[in-house]
Amino acid sequence: MELFLHQVLAGLATGGIYACMALAVVMIYQAIDHLNFAQGEMAMFSTFIAWQLIQWGIPYWLAFGLTIVISFAAGVVIERVVLKPIHDAPILSHVVAFIALLAILNSSAGFLWDWTIKSFASPFGSGQFLGQNLLSKHDAGMIGVTILMLVALYLFFRHTRIGLAMRAAAANPESARLAGIRVGWMNALGWGMAAAIGAVAGMLIAPVVFLEPNMMLSILLYGFAGAVVGGLTSPGGAVFGGFSVGVIENLAGTYIPVVGREMKLSIALCIIVAVLCVKPSGLFGRPVVTRV
Amino acid sequence: MTMHGPATAKAVQAPVGEIGGIPLPTWRWILIGGGLVILAVIPFVTKNFYIFQITLALIYAIAILGLNLLTGFNGQFSLGHSAFYAIGAYTAAIMMENMGIHYAWTLPAAAIVCFVFGFLFGLPALRLEGIYLALATFALAIAIPQVLKSSVVEHWTGGVQGIVIIKPDAPFGLPLNSDQWLYLFTVLTAIVMYVCAANLVKSRTGRALIAIRDHPVAASAMGINVSLYKSLTFGVSALYTGVAGALGAIAIAFVAPDSFTFSLAVALFVGLVVGGVASIPGTIVGGFFVLFVPNIAEHFSKGLAGAVYGIILLLIIFVMPMGAAGLGRLITGKLMKQGR
Repeated sequence: MELFLHQVLAGLATGGIYACMALAVVMIYQAIDHLNFAQGEMAMFSTFIAWQLIQWGIPYWLAFGLTIVISFAAGVVIERVVLKPIHDAPILSHVVAFIALLAILNSSAGFLWDWTIKSFASPFGSGQFLGQNLLSKHDAGMIGVTILMLVALYLFFRHTRIGLAMRAAAANPESARLAGIRVGWMNALGWGMAAAIGAVAGMLIAPVVFLEPNMMLSILLYGFAGAVVGGLTSPGGAVFGGFSVGVIENLAGTYIPVVGREMKLSIALCIIVAVLCVKPSGLFGRPVVTRV
Repeated sequence: MTMHGPATAKAVQAPVGEIGGIPLPTWRWILIGGGLVILAVIPFVTKNFYIFQITLALIYAIAILGLNLLTGFNGQFSLGHSAFYAIGAYTAAIMMENMGIHYAWTLPAAAIVCFVFGFLFGLPALRLEGIYLALATFALAIAIPQVLKSSVVEHWTGGVQGIVIIKPDAPFGLPLNSDQWLYLFTVLTAIVMYVCAANLVKSRTGRALIAIRDHPVAASAMGINVSLYKSLTFGVSALYTGVAGALGAIAIAFVAPDSFTFSLAVALFVGLVVGGVASIPGTIVGGFFVLFVPNIAEHFSKGLAGAVYGIILLLIIFVMPMGAAGLGRLITGKLMKQGR
């Protein structure tokens, strides 16, 4: 039982990372109706910016805020420069553009800041949370910030005019445009917000996995998995999905003998596929209904 | 995810236009003939290294053709074709190394194994669409290298080390070195595969596939068994990619789990889009792109190779959002108008 509890909590701690990323994934999915493969690299690049600011002697929380602002602007610029011109291209071309962005960001981060592993400070300090030995202070802080972001996003999308306009622009661009919403700018705003959330996720994750250009590749995979399990239309579901992916991965690695450490990712993904086969639009997602 | 490609028009009788007084179908045969002549001449006029590279490009082209049958013609999105490629490659390697079977027999074997595997994977995938299907196939792509490395199958797969196989020599005492022979062997296989794919797409079955992509409900109302066709397409698509994998294993003479990671699946997908979704000749462009463009990018700048690759990719998407095939259609259209 001790082992079980420990594994669950360890799973929750890593799950917090995935939940952060899953939230960013769902955010952009809500805003642009696509999965963004470059999301992880955008977060990584933002984290490097924060690292550079801190290296220049700027205090942590100021650097934190500045990074969010810079990332937001960069997200808007990327949408305007890269994605707006190919707005009418087929969806598969969009996916290729995301892959191109991924390659560009990854390679230029390696070029600017080189490929060595860097440590990144945690704002919550080191040591264990509330004196017990299961969850570190940073893990607890990370889970807290994730939940805080979730609440803020919920309020933004439910209770502000601009949040409503963004949802409308993603759900039905033509009608939204007829209603006077500037759909193009809503997309750009969505990109900016996704980049900002990604930046927060990156800065929270970096103290755990260390900072390097490839740090986000595997995390993004788990983030996608979490987002899809929870349902791409539901931010709360995505956070739940992220946590459950972390827990499932840990439990499968511990309790299924053949699996061991080497295959726990495969098992987690298999379970996810199984979930999808039963509930094709995720646990909390709305099923897509199309008119024939 | 529904994809409305211009290839829909292709399934209907192509309008007979002409350029420079020669009707389009004749032009098509001229281009195919010219391409075959070039393919036949290449091994005797270039260095072994280039022959080897072109062999690989053709192998990628076959793999992309497999993906195109699934994604382009049937509208099922896959990020997991590296898995089928790996299964084909390992089937060939295990048969040659552990069982001492002649390499030519590994291709049909890889085809059957991959077809069965693809068909079985296609069954649960029936319930998934678009992004959810992408995630399921993606899980497959991630799982396969780990499964190949695991201790359960290590005896057969050689674990992380992989399997080294011996490059076959030219048979019947032909005066060719092994690179030249493998090239010709690949070209012959590719021709068979392409002819089959072209016929498949033009047939009644092919029209059914396209109908399912464009409107599943209407397709089933027309009496098409949507689930059966979708799983069969998954099987056939896996078959193509598996044969490419087997050829790749023979040509490189080595298989290891880390050659078949998710990045291979992404490369195949990029090749598909660059070549043109739902275009059969486009897959050849895709194959060459996948092999050569990363090298060209590295040539520009070692440190920024990835960035250069990304920028080339973005430019291509900007210039020809429909891929090489779209550009081809645009040019033929322009030329036809000028002739009038």
